[in-house]
This record gives sequence, structure tokens and C-alpha cells, in this order.
Amino acid sequence: MAAEIVDPTIPVVKNMLLLDSEGKRIAVKYFTPEMYSVTAQANYEKSVFAKTSRTNARGEAEIIMFDDVVVVYKFLGDLMFYVTGDQDENEVVLYSVLQAFYESINMLLRNAVEKKTVLENLDLVLLAMDEIVDGGLILETDAGVVATRVTMRQDGEGSPMSNPGLVTLSQAFGSIKEQVARSLLK
Amino acid sequence: MASTAQNTLEPLRAGGDSKAKDEDMEEELEYSPFYGIEKGAVLQEARCFNDSHVDPRRCQQVITKLLYLLTQGESFTKAEASEVFFSVTKLFQHKDVHLRRMVYLVIKEIIPSSDEVIIITSSLMKDMNSKNDLYRANAIRVLCRIIDSQMLLQIERYLKQAVVDKSAVVASAVLAGAIHLAGANSEVIKRWSNEVQEAINSRHPMVQFQAVALMHALRANDRLAVSKLVTQLTRSNVRSPMGQCLLVRYVAQVIAESQPGVGNEVRPFYDFLESCLRHKSEVVIFEAARAICNMRDVTTRELTPAVTVLQLFLSSSKPVLRFVAVRTLNKVAMSHPMAVTNCNIDMESLIADPNRSIATLAITTLLKTGNESSIDRLLKQIGGFMSEIADEFKVVVVEAIKALCLKFPQKYRGLMNFLSNVLREDGGFEYKKAIVDAILVLIRDIPEAKEMGLAQLCEFIEDCEFTFLSVQILHLMGEEGPRTKDPARYIRYIYNRVILENATVRAAALSSLARFGAHCPDLRDRILMLIKRALYDNDDEASAGPGGNGVRDRATLYLYQLQEAPEGPESVDPHWRIPAKGLEAALQAYLASPDQEEPFDLSSVPEVVAPSPAKAKAKPQGLAAAVAAGLSNVSGPETQADEYADMLKAVPQLAALGPVFKTCSPVQLTEEETEYKVVCVRHVLEGHIVFQFNCTNTVREQVLEDVSVTMDLADAEEFSEEAVLPLKVMPGVEEGPGQTYVVLARPPGSMALGRFLNILRFRIKEIDPTTGEAEEEGYEDEYQLEDVEVAAADYIKPAFAPNFRAGWDALPEESEMVDDYGIGQRDSLQDAVEAVGRILGMQACEGTDAVPPNARSHTLLLSGIVVGDVQVLVRLSFGIDAQRNVAMKLAVRSESADVSEAIHAIIQEA
Repeated sequence: MAAEIVDPTIPVVKNMLLLDSEGKRIAVKYFTPEMYSVTAQANYEKSVFAKTSRTNARGEAEIIMFDDVVVVYKFLGDLMFYVTGDQDENEVVLYSVLQAFYESINMLLRNAVEKKTVLENLDLVLLAMDEIVDGGLILETDAGVVATRVTMRQDGEGSPMSNPGLVTLSQAFGSIKEQVARSLLK
Repeated sequence: MASTAQNTLEPLRAGGDSKAKDEDMEEELEYSPFYGIEKGAVLQEARCFNDSHVDPRRCQQVITKLLYLLTQGESFTKAEASEVFFSVTKLFQHKDVHLRRMVYLVIKEIIPSSDEVIIITSSLMKDMNSKNDLYRANAIRVLCRIIDSQMLLQIERYLKQAVVDKSAVVASAVLAGAIHLAGANSEVIKRWSNEVQEAINSRHPMVQFQAVALMHALRANDRLAVSKLVTQLTRSNVRSPMGQCLLVRYVAQVIAESQPGVGNEVRPFYDFLESCLRHKSEVVIFEAARAICNMRDVTTRELTPAVTVLQLFLSSSKPVLRFVAVRTLNKVAMSHPMAVTNCNIDMESLIADPNRSIATLAITTLLKTGNESSIDRLLKQIGGFMSEIADEFKVVVVEAIKALCLKFPQKYRGLMNFLSNVLREDGGFEYKKAIVDAILVLIRDIPEAKEMGLAQLCEFIEDCEFTFLSVQILHLMGEEGPRTKDPARYIRYIYNRVILENATVRAAALSSLARFGAHCPDLRDRILMLIKRALYDNDDEASAGPGGNGVRDRATLYLYQLQEAPEGPESVDPHWRIPAKGLEAALQAYLASPDQEEPFDLSSVPEVVAPSPAKAKAKPQGLAAAVAAGLSNVSGPETQADEYADMLKAVPQLAALGPVFKTCSPVQLTEEETEYKVVCVRHVLEGHIVFQFNCTNTVREQVLEDVSVTMDLADAEEFSEEAVLPLKVMPGVEEGPGQTYVVLARPPGSMALGRFLNILRFRIKEIDPTTGEAEEEGYEDEYQLEDVEVAAADYIKPAFAPNFRAGWDALPEESEMVDDYGIGQRDSLQDAVEAVGRILGMQACEGTDAVPPNARSHTLLLSGIVVGDVQVLVRLSFGIDAQRNVAMKLAVRSESADVSEAIHAIIQEA
């Protein structure tokens, strides 16, 4: 596992979870050592799900604090997206990670976020998670940029870096089309 | 391997019965592409990576399947992982970009062992120099994950260059990698400073963020460098919100470490934090607001802009923003309730918030900011709310009610009624325990509430399903009941327990009855009769296990004690000065000894228990922690004092001096960024003051030995030096500070004042940079430290006075001393109240430390204990005129007129 982040001022994401409507895991990523055992992870997912499944997080993302963590979450289709951080972490930072998480996947799957499509395109989901957080460190929170990187589209020579979000959106959709076509052919 | 992932994942699916699982499987059959996936088969499929003609799409699918297995908690054996790794490396020959991306991902998941890494490094190095930015970025991320220090040196050149790459994804990848590597390889990465500095100016927000983070991580141990970095960054323009967020954190740290400003001096960097409140990104706004609210000794004026932005968040449509605002304001409300009152209207509308965490935080905030008049209305609102929330939130609310009741003891009736109402509702053990605990505390601290509380508890045990709580309550009844006006009324409730309950509760009820018998002679005969009936108790507690105390046995014992014992009925309540823990340990040792012929000797039990090393204090978690966070104003220093007390106890010469009366807050005696860091903590004892100097050596290149502090007593005649305990070697930054002590004696119980010049003395030895060894001899040197002052406030500690008026009336009237003072111009009365409170270092009572907005006059009630355990109460009346001149009338009562005089002296000198 990745070396830990030593500097305590750096915001750290403890884990990202994508669960289905019954609380079963679709894709998860844990970044802190206290959660490396499968049992610990399973218990954690169970309690997160139990505490959140009856709340309404469809419109705006919701937030809950328990034990020593803060969790921000959002339900989309029949899926639940969670991002966890330490209880002292800036919740708004975690929220921006959560936004990148579900929005990038929403883009990659062309608004068809449901368990079936997510499983069929699990590679894209895993790549998106990999592009957002690297070993607990926040790598990118712009969903458009994440989606482009997942599809391995180059930023391109001379593309205006000052505004990566805008350019990449259209690029992303171009390549997403390709991706979806690919997955349908499987 | 025949089992499917579903089977091996039993823990992940715990809770579902088999029927439900079957249904799940059928459902999954419909749409999961991974249905029936099985490790053995996938590993078999993975052999296709070795084919001469690789089908990229197929390979991608197989990799996805491997990752799916890993995600689901499946693990590969070393051999399996190794095999997968080797075949995956073959895929580097293929040009398909999407396949390559998956290859990178899977390598990061199955981290190859160090001897295998070498196989892919050349491929990764090739990708690192590719024209495709995404190849380069991903290759760098994989490399940073798998390389060791030695290999880092080999490829350092490339990585360093990548830091300033014009492609954001590449720069980001290497910066992120470096942040992870910085822990173990900071020396190498420090050499990239110039490049990282350039990256800080990057136009891409995330690159800027990561560069700032890395720069700070490399300098985190060097405070001078950090403050330089902060100065530089606050002047330059950090555009990235995340980067700005980091900067706010660094600034907050610098503020926390700097000396608190004297008087009206503006805090360094406060302006910067305030300007961040106007940032366009919510991430930064909140970070800055939180930083301001968490500042040490923050004033109302400093708080106002932060509270204003948080107030806007309160009515946001986003739950996350409402949550952070109410959570932060809740914390502010503990120290500055008046600063938050402006938000009360927004806060009240949050009581109905669908997010229960937000609602609970809003309620507890309101309870903290509320004044006496609003309590009844609030209780009504909460009453409706309580039935809708989960137990964990209820516990938090009950805690807040308890705190409120201690703050406004006159309101005990309404609050106690509320507690007893919720006690009758359904709830789990933790919740009921919190309520019972709250009632117990109120009974203990508010004498008027005792009878009412006992009556409520009596009713509760009639129908209590928790043995633990019943026993606790019955014990309390035995303690408190006999001393009430009408003890007889409790007997019926207690005896009912003897008839109706399980053995443990019966035994506890019996003990409680015996207490009544012992202390109430009029009731004794009737109680004896009741106890006699218990002699025929059919079930014995002992059957529940060893160590139990039989009901019949107890009955026999009490009958003897109440009727025949030579010491009289009082023997029911032996006042042993033996800690239960010590007794338990001694008895266990006795049982373990082979020779039990000799009867157990009670005098063999030590009277003082050795402090248990693991002081596991239940730490509040989750919401409770958030709500309680500010209460640490009370408990925080205490635990710190505990730590100090343990430290002193560990030194025999200091332990002999007796218990510590008060530990004053640490004072820094060196400038920021000097070679030595010295912090002084004053411990006041009955007849001594112990000066504890915590010393840290911040220079690696030298060793400091025989460290001691010489204190000049010229300006402090009443003190005499009793002992100096030197420190052998001054530890470095990593090991944490080492201690040297100076003990000064003063007439016992006196409040001697003084100011001391201090000189740090030591033997310095340079370390030879080539060998890393310290030179043999070294030389003596000294260093002038800042002065330390012993002020009168050092001899006063805050004490809780549950009922100020009663306490005031109880103190001798002739000890009262009154005088008027003018304290000059102030911003507001709140300012004046805070200032005087700080000088006296006493506990404000009945919430009088909060001044209502725009008040022209205010009364502050303070309570404290002066060294020698003398109680002192202070009543301060403030008035402010149109020119903002504040005048105050100070009235002091205490158990000794000298002390009253001393309090006036403190104010005169301040």
C-alpha cells in the first residue's frame, strides 16, 4: 500500500465507496491503514449503510458524522456514493471530492448511472476513482478533467491549460461515446 | 478453487438470510456481468496476456475481472499475484492506450515484490519519456508507488524535471508521488525545491495545490521555514481554492504558535484570514471561518465576520454547508455564547431539518446560547423533536440539558421534569444511562433538586429493564435517602425491588434498605422486619457466578450489624479509607497464594493505589464529540494537569513536595526559531512553586548536556531556592521536550509574587558532520531566557459554584470587601468582562460571562479556590457610559479577609 501522508495539514480522504441500494459493494477504495482488513471494511460499510440508507440524499449530497469520521454521500439511481474523511477534515473539501466522484462517473456513463451500467463499465469507474484520489491525496476534483483522463484523451498540445474543465468536457463526451459503444459490443 | 466470490465474501454479506441471498442471486443473474465469477477461472483467463496475438479488449475485460475480485475482498496468494504480474508486464508491448491504462491500474493494485519491480522499470521509464502526457503521468504514478529509496536516486533526474512539466497531469502525478515519498525520502525531495517553487506558480489549480502541500511537507519540521513560506504565499496569489485552503491551515498554525497579542495588538495574519472569508470558493470560506473560530483566546470582535459568513451557510440549500456552519457555531457557543445569539432565528428553523445531525447540533447550540427566559420555550420544542431522532442524538441532547441545568440551577424544575419525561419514554441502555447520569449529577450539584430527582428515580426503577441502572440508583438512594426530610417514603419503592427483581437488584435493594436502617433510628424496627423476610429469599445471587454477594448472606449480615454488632448500626457503612481497586487486587493476590490458612488481613491493603498506566478515558465520538468539543475548556486543562501531575510524581524529589494545587498555562521563554526552545510551566503547591522547563534542541549539529536553569531571586524576596534538577541531554525536535526543574520554597499558603530572570546553562558539544559523532569535551555556555512572573492569579483556580447566592450568603459577611475601579475605554462590556475574567482566572457562574448585546450594565459572578483551599466568590458590577468608559464595582467574599484583600490587589495592579 502507498506510503502514508506525513504532513497532517494535507487533507486526506479515508475511503471512497460505491455501494448498491442494498449496501453491497460495487467498487471501494480504502486509503488508511486502520481499514486494510476485509472484515473492518465490511463492518464499516455495513454501519455506513445502516446509518444513511433511509435518508434522502437524492437532491443534494448529505452528510453524517459518527465514530471519528465524517461521511458525505449522494444517491444516484440505484447507487450510493460515499466519501469519508477524518472528523476534523474540512467537510466542504470532502464534498468536492464526492462531487468529482459521482459527476465524473455520470459523465462517463452518459447519465445512465445504475448498477447494471456501472458493473458493465467497472473499468471506467475504477479508473475514475484512481484519477480522483491517489493514496488518500486528492489528485483532481474537476469531474470533466477526470473523465478525460480516464478515457486517455490527451490534453493535447497547446490546449489552454488555464481552463481545463471547459475544453475537456466536449472531448470527454466524444470519447465517452466511443466507450459506450465499446461496452455495448461486449 | 470451487467457491465463488459470493461464498468467500460471507462477511460482506452478513445479515442476509439464505432465502434473501437466493433472491439476490437470481436478480444478479439478470444483469451482473460478474455473476458466478470465480478466481481460479479468471486466473486461467489471465494467461491470454501471454498470447502472441493479444486481443486488447479481451485483456481489458480480464483485468477488470481481476480488479473486481480484489474489490470484492478476494486476495491472491503470493504465487498467484506473481504470476498475474508477470503476464501483465507482457502487455506493455501492446500499443492500445486503454489497455495500457488498465495495466497501470492493476500493477498499482498488486504491488509487485521488490525483486520483481526491476522487470517493469524499463518499460515504465520508456513510458515516462513518451510523447503522450497520460502515459508519462501514469508511468510516474506507478513508479512512485513501487520504487525504493535507491531507485529513487536513479530516476530522480526525470522526476525532478516532471515537476515543472507544462502538462498538468504529469506535474500533478509527480507531485502527488513526492508527497507520498516525502516521509521516507525527504532529503532527496528537498533537492527539488526550486522546481516545486516554480510549480507553486502553476496556472493549474490542482498542481498549485499539490506543490504548496509538498513544499510545506518538506519544511514541516522547520518553523522558521514554514513562517517564511506562509509570508511568501500570503503575499503571492494562490488561486487554487485547495491551495488557499492549505494556506489558511498554515496561517492558523502560525497564529497558534505565536504569542498571544497583548492588549489591542492585532493578531498577525488575522487580516489574511478575514480576507479569505470573502473568497469565491466555499471550501476556502469555511476553512477560514473555522480557523478564526478555533483561534486561541479569540475575541468577540475577531469572531464576528466569521460568524456572519457561517450564518449565511445556515440557510444554504446544501446540507453539507448547513452542517459545517452549525457544527462550528455550536463550538463557538461554548466559549462565546453571545457571539452566536444573532444566529438564533436561523438556528431555530434548523430544528426541523431533515438531517438529524444538523437538527441535533442546532438544538444543542440553542441550549448553550439560550438565556433563562428562553429555556421553557426551547424545552417545549425539543420535547416534540425527541421522539423522532435516534438514540445517539438523544444522548447528545441530554448532555446539553445537563450542562444547561448546571448553568441555570434555578431552572432545575423544568429541566428535571423534561429529563424525567424522556426517562419514561422508550430508549436503549446508552440513552437511559445518559439520562440517569444527568439526574445523578443534578442531585449531587443542586441541593434543591435532590428530592425531586430522587422521586423521579424511584418511579423509574419501578419499571426499569436495565439491572446496571437499577443497582446504581438503589445505591444512590441508600446514600441520599436517609438524609432527606421524609426517608420513609422511599422504603416502599426499595422494598418492591427486593420482592420483584433479579438477584443482583435484590441484593442492591437490600443494602440500600440497611442504610436506611442504620441512619434512621425511627425506621429501624420496620426495616429489620423487611430484611428478615429476605432471609428466605429463594434464589441466591451466588448462583449467578463466583464473586456474587448472596441476598440471604447480605440479609444475615445486615441483621447482625443493625442489631448486635458492637460498633452499633453504623457498622453497615464502614468508612474504609481503602480504595476498592486496592482491595480487589489484594484479595486476588490472597486467593492466588497457596497458603490460605491465615485469615486475610485488611491492613495489608495499600491505602494508595498505584495509578493504572492505561488511563482509558472514554472519548466521546461522533456528534457527541462535536458538541462536547468546547467543553474541553473545562476538561482539557484538567487532563493536561493530570499529565503534568504524573510527570511530577515520576520525579521522587518533586513527588515528596505534596500535591499540586494548580498548574498554570505554559509560557514560552524563547523567541520563535532560536536554537533552543524553552517553555516554562509553573506548578503551585502548598509551600512551593515548581518551575518546569520543557526544553527542545532544534539544532541537529550540536548536543546540549547538563542543562539547567538558574533563576535570579533578587526581585522575589519571599522565595528561596530549594532544589535544581538538571536535564542530562536536551532532546531534539523528534523526541519531544525534556524537563529540568527549579523548586522555590515560599511560606506555606502565602501568595508571594515575583519576577525572575532566567539563564539557561548547558555544556555544548558540536557534532562532526563527517562522522556524525559529538566532540569529546565541549564547552560551557549560557543563554538568556525571557523572564517568568508569578502573579496572584497563579494562586487562584476556578471552582464550580452550583448556587452562587447560597454560597455568597454562607461566607462571612465581615470578609466582604468592596471597591470601585475605572477600567478605561473598552469596545464593549463583553470585552471588559472577558478581560477581567482572564486576569482573575476564576470560573464564571450562572452564565454571567456572557453579556447581552447592547447592555449598559452587567453583573459577573465568579467563583474560585485560593491556594490553601480557601473558597472565594466575586461579584462584579460593570457599567458603561456613552464614551465607552467602563467602571466596575468589585465585591469579594471569602473564608479569609487576607484573600479578599489579595483579590483587590490583583485588580489594582492589573
